[in-house]
Amino acid sequence: MKITLKVWRQQNGKTPGNFNTYTLPDVSEDMSFLEMFDVLNDELIRKGEDPIAFDHDCREGICGMCSMYINGRAHGPLTGTTTCQLHMRHFNDGDTIVVEPWRASAFPIIKDLMVDRSAFDRVIQAGGFISVNTGNAVDANSIPIPKEDADKAFDAAACIGCGACVATCKNASAMLFVSAKVSQLALLPQGQPERHLRVKKMVEVMDEEGFGNCTNTGACEVECPKGISLDHIARMNRDYLVSNIVD
Amino acid sequence: MALSGLFLCTFLVVHLLGNLQLFQNDGGVAFNLYSAFMANNPLIKTIAYVNYAFILLHIIDGFYLAAQNRKARPQGYAKVDQSKSSSWSSRNMALLGTIILVFLIVHMKSFWFEMKFGNMPVTTIEGQSYKDMYSVVVEAFSQPWYAALYVVSMFAIGFHLYHGFASGFQSLGIRHHRYTPAIQNLGTFLFAILIPALFAAMPVYFCLKNL
Repeated sequence: MKITLKVWRQQNGKTPGNFNTYTLPDVSEDMSFLEMFDVLNDELIRKGEDPIAFDHDCREGICGMCSMYINGRAHGPLTGTTTCQLHMRHFNDGDTIVVEPWRASAFPIIKDLMVDRSAFDRVIQAGGFISVNTGNAVDANSIPIPKEDADKAFDAAACIGCGACVATCKNASAMLFVSAKVSQLALLPQGQPERHLRVKKMVEVMDEEGFGNCTNTGACEVECPKGISLDHIARMNRDYLVSNIVD
Repeated sequence: MALSGLFLCTFLVVHLLGNLQLFQNDGGVAFNLYSAFMANNPLIKTIAYVNYAFILLHIIDGFYLAAQNRKARPQGYAKVDQSKSSSWSSRNMALLGTIILVFLIVHMKSFWFEMKFGNMPVTTIEGQSYKDMYSVVVEAFSQPWYAALYVVSMFAIGFHLYHGFASGFQSLGIRHHRYTPAIQNLGTFLFAILIPALFAAMPVYFCLKNL
């Protein structure tokens, strides 16, 4: 396949960036999107040029490191798929693909397609924890949890924190991410002691980090590679209201 | 946004039900009695002030949030394709709201301002004189450009509520797999289609009648 890439190149957060065009004459349709970038980078290094910086780690769709805004969509055209799991067979011979970094003021660009997502870490640090007694580990089934609650909590915990929700949201809002982190603990008995404090703290830090506001467009749910549901945003809104009224 | 928006949705229902009396073929007697009642009843007056407050709150909050959201992404994407992930209405609430605001200014100037401070024609019903709101409305609606403005504005309201009504519930945390589809249907069929269509029918009716 012949693929033309228009890739955002930016030396660092302080210098302005621009698009560079690269033509790859012989891309295999079995390559993943990132493998195509590996091939391109290999070529750039051989020519003595600066390779394109992009985030990646596990390359099996579970770590949340890869990003890339591909042809106007976070993680590319497929639903429920991270960039590393996107294969070139989903593109056509002769396509021009525009690749940009996540764009949000809370995710400053480090270099090229790499952005700093540590704002997410600070949101989790603000409330994503539970109280546990020290000493021996508690027996796994000592606290009964309804299957349905456990399933919902697990669905929320499937969030890999990749930031596609922020990237795709027209307001660069982090509500889907934060609500997944709030829900995962709010649904379980172990999360109850800090439930009210947690939601208030995490929302407070979310706002401090400069994420936008949720206007319920629902784009995040569609683009989320892990299919995190808007149910969690509603639950967080509910918890936030209640915790502000009660406390 | 959710609370003020949903309050304004209930206002729309009341406003529509009252104004449907324009269609009553009695030379405006029912409508003029109704508009006099709306202008003078102390309870209605109190609710009207609450309504103005919510309208202002909704406008100010809307502009404030839109500005904040713009700040959250100072540099936009060169290529954006959100057609598959969200509805057009949901992405253009600020634009639709601004169209509605312009409409609201024209609308308030034509009727609310005239009723309160203008020089209204007077009509006599059962020996008592009333401000003849009916003839003011009919005269305004008879002008094609004015009717056209109303129809366009009702489209804006329809699209605004297509997203806005259900979105308000989501913002308040009211979401349930059994009830949310019903809320969405109510938003679509009642608030996005029926109510704007009936409002738009008023200027269209009087405009066509005058042709």
